[in-house]
Amino acid sequence: MSNEHAPTGTAWIWKIFWLLLAITAIEVALGIVKPEFLLVQFSGTSLLNLIFIGMTLVKAAYIVQYFMHLKYEVSTLRRAIYLPALILIPYLTAIILIEGQALYGV
Amino acid sequence: MTTDTQPTWGGNSEPMKAEYGKLMMWFFLVSDALTFSGFLVAYGLSRFRFVDSWPMAEDVFTHFPGITGDQPLLYVALMTFILIMSSVTMVLAVSAGHERKQSRVAWWMVATIIGGALFLGSQAWEWYHFIVGDKGAVELRDGSIMKIADDRTGEVMSLSQLIHGMEDGHAANHLDVFTTEDVRHAIEANEHIVLQNPGREHVSLDRSATLKVMAEAEVIQGANMSHNEYGEKQFANFFFFITGFHGFHVFSGVVFNFIVFYNTLLGTYEKRKSYIMVEKVGLYWHFVDLVWVFVFTFFYLV
Repeated sequence: MSNEHAPTGTAWIWKIFWLLLAITAIEVALGIVKPEFLLVQFSGTSLLNLIFIGMTLVKAAYIVQYFMHLKYEVSTLRRAIYLPALILIPYLTAIILIEGQALYGV
Repeated sequence: MTTDTQPTWGGNSEPMKAEYGKLMMWFFLVSDALTFSGFLVAYGLSRFRFVDSWPMAEDVFTHFPGITGDQPLLYVALMTFILIMSSVTMVLAVSAGHERKQSRVAWWMVATIIGGALFLGSQAWEWYHFIVGDKGAVELRDGSIMKIADDRTGEVMSLSQLIHGMEDGHAANHLDVFTTEDVRHAIEANEHIVLQNPGREHVSLDRSATLKVMAEAEVIQGANMSHNEYGEKQFANFFFFITGFHGFHVFSGVVFNFIVFYNTLLGTYEKRKSYIMVEKVGLYWHFVDLVWVFVFTFFYLV
């Protein structure tokens, strides 16, 4: 991937802007309407919440990959950034949220 | 890195093909990402612990300037739009920097600074409304918060509507201050008024339980570090802390952007033949946007 050249010009920037805006607009619309069929419980939370989290991760990926240009850096730099974040943050989230569920009603 | 000519580091090489300051900015951002993860995860822990009385964001952030009535999510959607937009102008500044176009860098930096200032102003507005309060509530003796509701519709009403009637009262409190005595009398006088839990399930007490707990309840209007009319106290504390910490990042970002803008005008980067500084503050600025994406999801959507 590091062999790819960064896009030149500004058209790609606006493309990503519209994409981020569209995802946010869908999130807001879903958040206001809260469709009944998406409120089914699914692995500890509602399907709607999982959709929100999924869309958030997509937006985050676009910001980091393109706006922060990480996609076009050399692979050692990419790994030095991604690995600590992608290992430690899910780990922290998992153990602390499990702890939170155990604390419920204590 | 495309057109910038970069000096190598002290060892005459360039580890990770990145300029020193840029690499250090990346490492700082990784550590800052872990800090914000810690805060958001702590928010999650408290929410799981107090899920029954945790306020729903759509019941808390309902105001939009110039529009009356409940407008959940709209205002925060606007704030998100402002921040994404200022991220775009930042990318455009970085891109102009790669082409060494001094005046275009300066103009895009101005746009980014304006975006950041607009976001900070929006956040101040939102904090103001959060602190002043919306509908008001009562705090029971055990510290739990209850909303005032009509048992026929299950709809929550404001203290103003409780005391002045649905037609004459404001939907929000609008700086009116009500005493516990006023509220207790109004609840006793209207047989359809019950207390409702602010949590997700909107469970109401029945009428006799309402009258019983009202004997020792206290009126709460607005939110601060020790009282919170919206529900669980921790919600307000996390709101102030996480959006405050993020807002401080935005504020520092605006300051950094201004310094880089000023140096662009002075021609500092023309002399250096490199606009790498624009790229470095750009990374910081995008990170601020990135954190907001997560704050938006976990505070307002989920």
